[in-house]
Amino acid sequence: MTDLPTTTERKLGLVIDLDTCVGCHACVISCKGWNTENYGAPLSDQNPYGADPSGTFLNRIHSYEVQPEAGAAQLVHFPKSCLHCEDAPCVTVCPTGASYKRVEDGIVLVNESDCIGCGLCAWACPYGAREMDQAEGVMKKCTLCIDRIYNGNLPEVDRVPACVRTCPAGARHFGDLGDPDSDVSRLVAERGGMDLMPEQGTKPVNKYLPPRPRDTVEEEIDILAPLLAPVTEEPGGFLGWLDRALDALPGGKS
Amino acid sequence: MAHTQPRLDLSPPISDEVRKTTCYMCACRCGINVHMKGGKVAYIEGNRDHPVNRGVLCAKGSAGIMQHNSPARLRAPLKRVGPRGSGQFEEISWDEALEIAAGWLEPLRKNAPEKLAFFTGRDQSQSFTSFWAQNFGTPNYAAHGGFCSVNMAAAGIYTMGGAFWEFGQPDWDHTKLFMLFGVAEDHDSNPIKMGIGKIKARGARVIGVNPIRTGYNAVADDWVGITPGTDGLFVLALVHVLLKAGKIDLDYLARYTNAPCLLIENPGGADHGLLLRDDAGKLLVKDRTSGDLVPFDTPGVRPDLTGTHVQNGQTSHTVMYKTVNRYLSEEYSPEAVADRCGIPASRIRAIAGEIARVAFDEAFEINQPWTDFRGERHEKMVGRPVSFHAMRGISAHANGFQTCRALHLLQIILGTVEVPGGFRFKPPYPKPVEAHPTPHRDVVPGKPLNGPHLGFVRGPDDLALEPDGSPSRIDKAFTWENPMSAHGLMHMVISNAHAGDPYKIDTLFMYMANMSWNSTMNTRGVIDMLTDTDETGEYVIPRIIYSDSYSSEMVAYADLILPDTTYLERHDCISLLDRPICEADAAADAIRWPVVEPDRPGHAGVRGFQTVLVQLANKLKLPGFTDEDGNPKYADYADYMVRHERRPGIGPLAGFRGEDGTDQGRGAPNPDQLDRYIENGSFFVAHVPEEGLYYKPWNKAYQDWAVGMGLYDSPQPFLFSLYVEPLRRFQLAAEGHGDRQPPDHLRERIKAQLDPLPIWYETDQQGNEGYTVTALTQRPMAMYHSWGSQNAWLRQIHGHNPLYVPTKLMRENGLKDGDWARVTSPHGEITVPVMEMAALNENTVWTWNAIGKRKGAWALEKDAPEVTRGFLLNHLIHELLPPRGDGLRWANSDPVTGQAAWFDLKVRIEKAAPPDGLSESHPATEPQVSPVGTGPEELEWKVGK
Amino acid sequence: MHPAPSVIIFTTLSGLGFGLLFFLGLGLPDVSGWIAFTFFFIAYALAVGGLMSSAFHLGHPERALKAFTQWRTSWLSREACFSVAALVVMGVFALGAVFFDAQWRVLGVIGAVLSLITVYTTSMIYTQMKTVPRWNTQLTPLLYLTISLAGGALLAGQESLAPWLLALAGGVQIAWWMRGDGAFAASGTDMASATGLGHGKVRSFEPPHTGTNYLLREFVYVIGRKHALKIRGIALALGYALPILLMVLPLDSIALKHAFAGLAVVSHLGGIAASRWLFFAEAEHVVGLYYGKR
Ligand SMILES: Nc1nc2c(c(=O)[nH]1)N[C@H]1C(S)=C(S)[C@@H](COP(=O)(O)OP(=O)(O)OC[C@H]3O[C@@H](n4cnc5c(=O)[nH]c(N)nc54)[C@H](O)[C@@H]3O)O[C@H]1N2
Ligand SMILES: Nc1nc2c(c(=O)[nH]1)N[C@H]1C(S)=C(S)[C@@H](COP(=O)(O)OP(=O)(O)OC[C@H]3O[C@@H](n4cnc5c(=O)[nH]c(N)nc54)[C@H](O)[C@@H]3O)O[C@H]1N2
Ligand code: SF4
Ligand code: SF4
Ligand code: SF4
Ligand code: SF4
Ligand code: SF4
Ligand SMILES: [Mo]
Repeated sequence: MTDLPTTTERKLGLVIDLDTCVGCHACVISCKGWNTENYGAPLSDQNPYGADPSGTFLNRIHSYEVQPEAGAAQLVHFPKSCLHCEDAPCVTVCPTGASYKRVEDGIVLVNESDCIGCGLCAWACPYGAREMDQAEGVMKKCTLCIDRIYNGNLPEVDRVPACVRTCPAGARHFGDLGDPDSDVSRLVAERGGMDLMPEQGTKPVNKYLPPRPRDTVEEEIDILAPLLAPVTEEPGGFLGWLDRALDALPGGKS
Repeated sequence: MAHTQPRLDLSPPISDEVRKTTCYMCACRCGINVHMKGGKVAYIEGNRDHPVNRGVLCAKGSAGIMQHNSPARLRAPLKRVGPRGSGQFEEISWDEALEIAAGWLEPLRKNAPEKLAFFTGRDQSQSFTSFWAQNFGTPNYAAHGGFCSVNMAAAGIYTMGGAFWEFGQPDWDHTKLFMLFGVAEDHDSNPIKMGIGKIKARGARVIGVNPIRTGYNAVADDWVGITPGTDGLFVLALVHVLLKAGKIDLDYLARYTNAPCLLIENPGGADHGLLLRDDAGKLLVKDRTSGDLVPFDTPGVRPDLTGTHVQNGQTSHTVMYKTVNRYLSEEYSPEAVADRCGIPASRIRAIAGEIARVAFDEAFEINQPWTDFRGERHEKMVGRPVSFHAMRGISAHANGFQTCRALHLLQIILGTVEVPGGFRFKPPYPKPVEAHPTPHRDVVPGKPLNGPHLGFVRGPDDLALEPDGSPSRIDKAFTWENPMSAHGLMHMVISNAHAGDPYKIDTLFMYMANMSWNSTMNTRGVIDMLTDTDETGEYVIPRIIYSDSYSSEMVAYADLILPDTTYLERHDCISLLDRPICEADAAADAIRWPVVEPDRPGHAGVRGFQTVLVQLANKLKLPGFTDEDGNPKYADYADYMVRHERRPGIGPLAGFRGEDGTDQGRGAPNPDQLDRYIENGSFFVAHVPEEGLYYKPWNKAYQDWAVGMGLYDSPQPFLFSLYVEPLRRFQLAAEGHGDRQPPDHLRERIKAQLDPLPIWYETDQQGNEGYTVTALTQRPMAMYHSWGSQNAWLRQIHGHNPLYVPTKLMRENGLKDGDWARVTSPHGEITVPVMEMAALNENTVWTWNAIGKRKGAWALEKDAPEVTRGFLLNHLIHELLPPRGDGLRWANSDPVTGQAAWFDLKVRIEKAAPPDGLSESHPATEPQVSPVGTGPEELEWKVGK
Repeated sequence: MHPAPSVIIFTTLSGLGFGLLFFLGLGLPDVSGWIAFTFFFIAYALAVGGLMSSAFHLGHPERALKAFTQWRTSWLSREACFSVAALVVMGVFALGAVFFDAQWRVLGVIGAVLSLITVYTTSMIYTQMKTVPRWNTQLTPLLYLTISLAGGALLAGQESLAPWLLALAGGVQIAWWMRGDGAFAASGTDMASATGLGHGKVRSFEPPHTGTNYLLREFVYVIGRKHALKIRGIALALGYALPILLMVLPLDSIALKHAFAGLAVVSHLGGIAASRWLFFAEAEHVVGLYYGKR
């Protein structure tokens, strides 16, 4: 239904750590693999071995260069999938009711058998989180792996999204962002988790943890402090110091 | 209206069955759960129980399904029918293929085994392939290590009995400062990512030293955008500052390293600079308490770092004395190196300060008593939570061996190797040089070689030279040009064979290496060598046999193709005898097994290459494969994995040995072993006892455990070598001592560059005048060399590769994104698309490795972006340096190990029009005929409908 | 946005068709019999043809009926409902005019209003898109409505009204463009808000894939500024200026007058198609930021 539920019981979503994501694309491919074999139509690929290969992906990794006022340019790897927005414009624009937000957990889904493939929901999404499958003619998007997270056929530890399970760097976290005491909510609070394009008014559930400050070693380490003070200023005095230091070791002469 | 929504089945079945095996989309060898539906591979995920990946999987691993079903898979043995390189083949039966191969090999074995050169790529069965080659009797065997990272391996083994590479790892759980040198991805792909994730979650600091700030270096808290090739200088400056401030671990140096060992002082003598030993050959140290000269392992000894010893009127000083004198010199001060490294002196000092702070102010203890090899009991383990890791950014330079050594020196003076929070070895390492074989080269026609081909030379006597001084091996490994070439020199094989230098060969037999394309320097030149004919019209390299699983570029250059299976269709053995999957706290090995049977409908089919080698060995009746009655010992590779014994009780697999499968490491062959592995997830782990977890080279508990596991036959405690004596032996030869003498043109180089204490030198820049920009490649995390491009999912991520150019060079050359540039080296020229990058050393350009493809390869269509826009930097790199005018051509490699110096490449760039008005990278290679056609027009992959 | 022909044809033709229906519903001109048939035929051909064309870009046109269900939130659904309502009401009205020579005025006015509302709903599909700042303005419905009315008047032969309405639509068109050119910058969405990486200047380094994808094809259409200006000129000239000129030229010959009126319609149609092409081609979707394409 294109009405958004007024509230959802939980707000399941992802927290993505931009400080840690190494840009390996592991989550991209595990998502592709899982969602090709599971929920809905397979994620197809056109011209897969040709000049212009292009396929449906529900999660993609961008990378950005950030040039601070002073200092070296930085690089940030930036995973992006559906943010399961609270005020999801993709849902309200849908003419058929194929797009909906689940009342239990806030997951935004497409019911493929209702979808006419009009593409409007993708227009309405500011984040590029929806892709029309070219073979199937239906809209595909991140399902938050709804067929994993509650799946009784999976061991309990594995009831997490495929991308989260696979991320080697541990840069993706899954949980209930509606519960202030959940691990993900705590992480967001501690690390200043942020919304993408807050001005769009979508109220994303997924949060991004900003990269920590970079290139600070010179500010932090006082190179003139005793830490690095020479043990001796005399030329050739080093071996003398060495001798004294050896004597000072446990079991030494002293 | 009430909110309504569809009812979903939230617990759909996942699969019919899970088969656990080992990934092989790269050499990291993670455990995978292969979900099967209807007998087909449906989904691949990481195995949570596996010691390597603990459930995670990289992009390549998850895309395994696309590789396993790739349209580029070979389908039958192939016999060349067109000219070499054309790609024209005829499919033949396996009987015929084996007949042809045996027909070529049999006479060679009888008359001149060295005329077979057998070289393998990055496979994981080197203990098996070398066993095969040894039994064949040829000295010409090696794997890919020579062009890959032998600098890293050799420097590590000679210095501390183990190396970074995949043989050790930081103590991810305790380290508080992690410094990474020259790594984009490495073999330990998932463990490094998991480790970085772990330490960043703890808020510990990561420092990335790399001219390029992507991947790991992008998440590093501090980035050191060093000038390529100068890491040695930077590291020695850190050593300088730390020494000067006394921030070194004297206790560690005294106890566990050769710092207190005494250097013979005998200028002009044949033993000058060797280490003082007793009659039994044991290293001697001065005991600080008694003042006596005693063997280093004497119980109760307190080795004196400043001790001296007078012998024949000459005073011997310690290695420590020499070390301190060298590195305290102002030539290693931050100020002296800053400009060359491109790092401000203040930054070098700050980093040294941070290292010192963490190593000493954040030292911690683990309450775990242990006993050292001298019998001394320690109540605690002291942690120095600073760790380092390095890879090809350091080793793929012609000063890489010494640079790796410098880095190990830094680790060792901090006392942070094999301590909590530091760098830890993975079994079977540490293993001192003395526990490794020396290279063997003695050929007797019809007989096996007299020992393993590869090893660690201790001095000139171990070189692989003929009595006349000429190289014994086709790759000229273990010669004066590169005496410590412990992994052989695969990158020299084709050019030497083509030149007939040191001799001509008959058959080049290669496995799993794309040597006509991305794994070779001077790609065009190598293609010409492979296709060159002599006066009689015969190929200069008469026969080439090659095994690949896919339609690679190299396939076109072979006369006979032995098609291998995919990694899900065969038995493999990732063995402790080879490159195992161990972690620092456990020995582990693994297998692969046919989770699906090979199936190439309508074609003769494919066979696991190792099984094919067994079948060939049986046809040739090779000794190690034939019993006393002349019958084959092994039916196939699976049989070999279970029943072969290297030494009594020790076989390829360490787990589930003995009649009842309860023995570990040592034990009789167990016929059910493979089933037991499969039940266990296709791997086996044996944990190091708590007491043995750190200080492994000196820890009695560890050493005893290692002996029990069959890693060694007796405890092998040893001292780390700040000073590497074998290097000194080569210097002595260069100074004129001994019977084996280097050629004169190499004497000065050996004296200077085989220094037993780490040094830094500028790599050879003669002939590079005017080429001021360093050109590098990096491995993309989502691609494995050339394999990835056949993968429909992965090639969408990296379908072509721009040249990344720093902002300054973009401006200087009037370039903008998408423009084309001509990139010239003294050797060649390419024209390629460019993109700007700011987070890059300002005199460095780079691209992703091995994306460019030849038309017709990999089942790609002829206008694929890999072909039209993708390119290889390899066209600009030559295996020889530009001529210097001395009439000699010097190798573009490290003078110690012969490691190919990929990253010494210097270029010039300028704006260019797209080549030929087309948007196609230049040079374009003529197309090859695809033996498998091209892939389908669309993929809608779903196994369970 | 990708200027898909189906959508350009749809919005151009159906706008014109419903514009004509609006005037017919009001009895301007008051027609019956064969003449009514001709007028209604043209109006229906345009409106229904446009709607059909829009169905072409659907992945599953066979499920199109489902699109009537979500009128409570979806402008597309509302458009579907109103267009059918307008077509049905006007159909009944047309039956009266053609076969019974009857002018059921109330029905006509209702149909006229529904026709205009249909155009409004179409415009709101675009207007509501916060993701496309160029569209996200009340000028967009104004533009659609004035164009529809002007075109309708032109087709309905409202000689006195049409030039004024054309001029008005042209004016709105210019205003819409002027506002549109600054809309993205004024929207407050930029690289910093898209990525949250506010600690420096943010530049896209590597896209997620070296190849293209649905998003790039659909949302990241880039046209050159010069090219766009040229097409704007054409749209203004053909869509508004020339038809006005052709309408106001004092002509004696009825035949010539009809020919000129015909020409004016063709010119207007061409100009509006150009304007609609630009409507999409120039529209910058914020997702382009993620690809460094803004
Ligand atoms: N410019 C530049 N060049 C480089 C490097 C660089 O950094 N820069 N790096 C160098 C290094 S370190 C290396 S290791 C080399 C790697 O170079 P290669 O070892 O040549 O790398 P691959 O492209 O992986 O080629 C291996 C071949 O093995 C085949 N293969 C894959 N799986 C199987 C299998 O299961 N069985 C069999 N029989 N064959 C299989 C593949 O199809 C492919 O043809 O490249 C080197 N080249
Ligand atoms: N995904 C993936 N994984 C792989 C492979 C693959 O092809 N794909 N290949 C495997 C193989 S065969 C190998 S050998 C390993 C190699 O793994 P890596 O050692 O990570 O190899 P490279 O990608 O060549 O990265 C070399 C890095 O060194 C940097 N560098 C170059 N010169 C210098 C220098 O002078 N100083 C410093 N500090 N840095 C420098 C480069 O910028 C680059 O980041 O990866 C293995 N793992
Ligand atoms: S990210 Fe896009 S698709 Fe996902 S809920 Fe928000 S608006 Fe909808
Ligand atoms: S494409 Fe499908 S899900 Fe999206 S708006 Fe249209 S009908 Fe709804
Ligand atoms: S939650 Fe599932 S569907 Fe969503 S991005 Fe991750 S893997 Fe893909
Ligand atoms: S798997 Fe993790 S580290 Fe890799 S790209 Fe995805 S989020 Fe980043
Ligand atoms: S790192 Fe990736 S490709 Fe390599 S073995 Fe592990 S999962 Fe497979
Ligand atoms: Mo390598």
